[in-house]
Amino acid sequence: MDAILLQILNGLDKGSAYALIALGLTLIFGTLGVVNFAHGALFMIGAFCAVTLQRLLNLSFETVDETQKDFLGNPLKVKTPYVEAWFGPETGAAIIDWSVPLAILVAIPIMLLVGYVMERGLIKHFYKRPHADQILVTFGLAIVLQEIVKYFFGANPIQTPPPEALSGSIDLGVMVGFDPNAIIYPIWRLIYFAFATLIIGGIFAFLQFTTFGMVVRAGMADRETVGLLGINIDRRFTIMFGIAAAVAGLAGVMYGPLNPPNYHMGMDFLVLSFVVVVVGGMGSLPGAVLAGFLLGILESFASTTWATTTIPGINQIIIYLVAIIVLLTRPRGLMGRKGVMED
Amino acid sequence: MLGLNKKDTSLLLIVAVLTLLAPFILNPFPEGSAMAQFNAGYPDLMQRFVIFGIFAIGFNILFGLTGYLSFGHAAFLGVGSYAAVWMFKLISYNVIPAILLSVVVAGLFSLLIGFISLRRSGIYFSILTLAFAQMSFALAYSVLSNPKFNLTNGETGLQVYADDPQWFHRANAPDLPHLFGVSMRSTYTMDVGGWSFDFNAGYYLCAVIMMVVFYLAIRIFRSPFGMMLRAVKSNQQRMNYTGLNSRPYTLAAFVISGMYAGLAGGLMAAMDPLAGAERMQWTASGEVVLMTILGGTGTLIGPVLGAGFIKYFENIFSKINDNVLHSWFAFLPDGMEDFMVFIIHPFIGKGWHLTLGLLFMLVVIFLPGGLVEGGQKLLNWVRGKRKDKKTSGKTEPAE
Repeated sequence: MDAILLQILNGLDKGSAYALIALGLTLIFGTLGVVNFAHGALFMIGAFCAVTLQRLLNLSFETVDETQKDFLGNPLKVKTPYVEAWFGPETGAAIIDWSVPLAILVAIPIMLLVGYVMERGLIKHFYKRPHADQILVTFGLAIVLQEIVKYFFGANPIQTPPPEALSGSIDLGVMVGFDPNAIIYPIWRLIYFAFATLIIGGIFAFLQFTTFGMVVRAGMADRETVGLLGINIDRRFTIMFGIAAAVAGLAGVMYGPLNPPNYHMGMDFLVLSFVVVVVGGMGSLPGAVLAGFLLGILESFASTTWATTTIPGINQIIIYLVAIIVLLTRPRGLMGRKGVMED
Repeated sequence: MLGLNKKDTSLLLIVAVLTLLAPFILNPFPEGSAMAQFNAGYPDLMQRFVIFGIFAIGFNILFGLTGYLSFGHAAFLGVGSYAAVWMFKLISYNVIPAILLSVVVAGLFSLLIGFISLRRSGIYFSILTLAFAQMSFALAYSVLSNPKFNLTNGETGLQVYADDPQWFHRANAPDLPHLFGVSMRSTYTMDVGGWSFDFNAGYYLCAVIMMVVFYLAIRIFRSPFGMMLRAVKSNQQRMNYTGLNSRPYTLAAFVISGMYAGLAGGLMAAMDPLAGAERMQWTASGEVVLMTILGGTGTLIGPVLGAGFIKYFENIFSKINDNVLHSWFAFLPDGMEDFMVFIIHPFIGKGWHLTLGLLFMLVVIFLPGGLVEGGQKLLNWVRGKRKDKKTSGKTEPAE
């Protein structure tokens, strides 16, 4: 029992990332009808927002400390980050320590801007073009973004540690009545899951309970009629694109401590996220979220030693296998509606 | 000739002449001159031109005619490579069985994948093929290389070892891929003045095969079957309403293009008896898509042009480094020179992928018809100008 619970928990963090990216993909697809192959790149850009912030905060100047000597007897050079000089050593150190959560604040405006520019500058011109062209141009964009990041940050993964206070593990099993040490779980993964739930809930609430969200939902259902009512639906869809980009970016920011960001993390997640969208049902937001978590958990179950010894390598292919089975038995995906992408 | 009309015959002849004379055409600069780095007439690169040409021709039969965008064609190439190397390991280094098996295996594999993927169209199809290709990549990279059942040799790549059986290996045959004794690596170098031209056996094998499959592609394009595929692209729904089931046609196109990819993979292994999983990665699939659209989707010659273009520039761009750039811009003042080098630096050497991505976007945005359309536009523009001159020439005397 505890083993099953542990695997479910293990699947939650990857599942959260899949769900967040798939949610963004579905938002873009549902509103603008565009297949965005560059969405993984947005996820990666988010992660590199955190990296950049961390580097900026660690910018430091050198001072010579006469009281300390290094092993050669010369005065020791001490590096002090600027933030520590400005805000005092303790606050400064805390700011550096909390750089990843802080990056959320930075990433939101950056990602909204990136999404806005991307939509106005490129995607806008592709609404009337065939889906193949949309796929191709965003694929090209993904390569370009990825290579730019590689040029500036190199090809190696970059460590982005979580704050000291949140980097340990907690014994979850004790809390729900299992033996001690049965379920030990890293805190950051719990936080990632909570964060993802918060964002997903926020997006749904935004769409459900605000006027803006209502108009957007109406536009997703029937764009033309909403336009005839005198509402500038394109503008709202552009904003939705920005929001979808921000969701992907935030997913990336928070994912850094789980898996050090590298330039091709976007591509790795993109393919799987597409599979998630297809399994969930193209154009269905709840479907994307559900499929994201389900596939994440399934992957975690397939990674257990029992599964990998029974069928070697099952953890590598399980998601694709499930996708194929789902598409063959339920061609519209788990929660796909009739009439969406049927052509 | 051969059941082709006049225009197609001349196209085939032009392609034939160009491929056969490629060692001359691609080596326009004398050896040792400053421009020699732009030469492309060495066997390795010429083989790649032709092999990727075959790959792109096959991809175009699917994408260009039916409009189904497959993002997983590299999987068939990889499967073909593995099949060929297994033939080398088991039978002998003769390339004929290897290439035949690679085509057959890729055909069967694409039949399986196509049967499932073609149940959906549009984006679903693209994503399904992508998922299959990634799955094949994962299978080849890790799953099928466990000690109990080592089919692909994982990260190292499949290669021929000295203790492999090679049941039909004859003692006098070379220990490299060969065609009845003629090694694929054997090269005859002809020195004329400052130039040296390489005639490589492997290249000519690939070139002959490419001409054959190019001829087949022309026949497919002009056949009623090709017409049916075009009908699928233009309006599949109407086709279904007239009572035609389009599935067998698309499946046939998918399998044919998969076999082309397998052939390319087999040839790749025949030129260099090594097969690695990275050939199946989805970026490789993206590359063949780019070749096809860059050259011109749905045109006969386009994919070959696109493949040549990309492989040539990949080679050239990867070779250029900062020193070369400095020597190019040496005529500029110092500050300007460094600035130019600084600007261009991200795009060359290892930054080739950045250039490739930009090229991809630019082509899709501005030139959806690819090089062929661009060439036609240019031609029309020049002709239009000449016409203007003629008409003006005619009107002048009247004045």
